[in-house]
Amino acid sequence: MKAAFGATRGVIPPLLLGVVTLLLWQLAVAAFDIKPFVLPSPTAIGDQFVNNLPTVWSNSLVTGFNSLVGLLIGAVLGILLAILASLVRVIDELSSAVVAAAMVLPIVALAPVLYSMFSASQQTARQLVASLAVFVPVYVNTLKGLRQVRPVHRDLLRAHAASTGQTIRVVTLPTALPFIFTGVRIASSLAVIAAVIAEYFGGPIGGLGKSITTAAAGSNYPLAWAYVLGSILLGLVFYLAVLGIERWVLRDRGT
Amino acid sequence: MTREDDKDMASEPTTTPAVIAENVGKVFPGKKGAQVTALEDIDLTVARGEFVSLIGPSGCGKSTLMRLIADLDQPTSGSLSVFGKSAKQARLDQEYGIAFQQAGLLPWRTVRRNIELPLELHKVGKAERAKRSKELLSLVGLTDFGDNFPDQLSGGMQQRVAIARSLAESPNLLLMDEPFGALDEMTREHMQGELAHICAETNAAVVFVTHSIPEAVFLSHRVVVLSPRPGRIRAIVDVGLGTSSERTDHLRESETFFAAVSEVREHLHGSPDAVPMGVDNR
Ligand SMILES: Nc1ncnc2c1ncn2[C@@H]1O[C@H](COP(=O)(O)OP(=O)(O)OP(=O)(O)O)[C@@H](O)[C@H]1O
Ligand SMILES: [Mg+2]
Repeated sequence: MKAAFGATRGVIPPLLLGVVTLLLWQLAVAAFDIKPFVLPSPTAIGDQFVNNLPTVWSNSLVTGFNSLVGLLIGAVLGILLAILASLVRVIDELSSAVVAAAMVLPIVALAPVLYSMFSASQQTARQLVASLAVFVPVYVNTLKGLRQVRPVHRDLLRAHAASTGQTIRVVTLPTALPFIFTGVRIASSLAVIAAVIAEYFGGPIGGLGKSITTAAAGSNYPLAWAYVLGSILLGLVFYLAVLGIERWVLRDRGT
Repeated sequence: MTREDDKDMASEPTTTPAVIAENVGKVFPGKKGAQVTALEDIDLTVARGEFVSLIGPSGCGKSTLMRLIADLDQPTSGSLSVFGKSAKQARLDQEYGIAFQQAGLLPWRTVRRNIELPLELHKVGKAERAKRSKELLSLVGLTDFGDNFPDQLSGGMQQRVAIARSLAESPNLLLMDEPFGALDEMTREHMQGELAHICAETNAAVVFVTHSIPEAVFLSHRVVVLSPRPGRIRAIVDVGLGTSSERTDHLRESETFFAAVSEVREHLHGSPDAVPMGVDNR
């Protein structure tokens, strides 16, 4: 009860801010006669969104599927490689340079290259871009989590002659779990962003990013913005889904 | 070397001591070559079924000595053997149970699953694990808390869980680092009684670290008094309060008890030259 109350209290201020922003936006568009290609009014975007709900939905499914594949592949790879890096020093040292490079590299910039590597009619390149974007935060956070094992827990497992596998399963991974979830949670919306932007650079028809560019090219700016709204909602769904799983898995832990 | 023929050890089939430390020393490498000598020239034999307490000022190396016996750290000089094997082999063979200075419970496991951890690691079946954890929970007075998580327990309760965990496999050697430190006086005396009882029943040898002189005297066959850094054995006091099974609460009021308490206190506080004669000063 108390927690639910706290949660609603946490939601009210940003909600209020959102409503006020939308109101000011609407008023500004009307008062200053801002042209739709600069910025359409929220109601115009809303109209387009509602009128084109079926296409927004079907395009969301395409992008959502790519994001999900990217999230799963990137997260699994990130976690596995982090475990390996925590066990083998050389891998840690080698990968830290690669990860540092990946952090400054705009991963979506790889999209055109990947489109030419794989068939441009396939979704593979988009899914790969998403998995690369996911990989980095998951790897970094997991590796950090794996290093949080308390010395007394390490001693405990050693005292009981536990194998490396047992130590990872019983102590290391559970210790790292909150960190892994933080990584995946950050990565979840990144996956959607990467999948959407990858569509800007080519590939098959379908997907929110492709629809945004198509609508903008046809000067249908409110429609383009309706797809942007769809992308935002998709990112939010991913984020909240991971948050929900995280809360459920870690429900028994204190603090 | 007078205890080997002690009456409570007569029933033991083998005479290999539980722990033999010969000239054991431990130097920790510090920053910029500044070394810390934690232990020096430790000579100590713990017989099977014998209860030995380590007492000494904070930082004198009590935990370090325990970690060496447990093979969680290696001595920099001297040699150690546990049940006639190297410390490492004894650890791999799971010859000891251990309770750390910090409880060291896994916060994502229930109390019951924390207690069952050693059994689980050694592939003991589910039914047997459940049976054993039930016994142990009742032993430490936490029957109603099996399904709680550690952070829902007080510090003293957590320590009792750690004690239960160390007893899970009924080891022949128990290493306990200030296990009763966080307990209130009542629970503490109760747990002391339980521990004495367990030792009498299982004939386990115990290396017990404590800061409480009465506790050391009540529980131990011998009390080892360590000097401040570097930790050396200043004296070994033979308590002679009888076998573990005879350690009941009325002992705490006996003459021998008070005599032993004041003897340990003199060694602990007094300067090394003021040590009275007549103690086992090996
Ligand atoms: N890993 C380590 N590295 C460096 N020095 C250490 C290490 N562990 C212990 N020491 C040093 O060794 C000495 C003995 O430490 P130890 O923990 O054994 O003391 P203790 O007798 O158990 O003290 P307390 O009663 O406070 O628990 C201390 O001076 C400590 O600083
Ligand atoms: Mg200590």
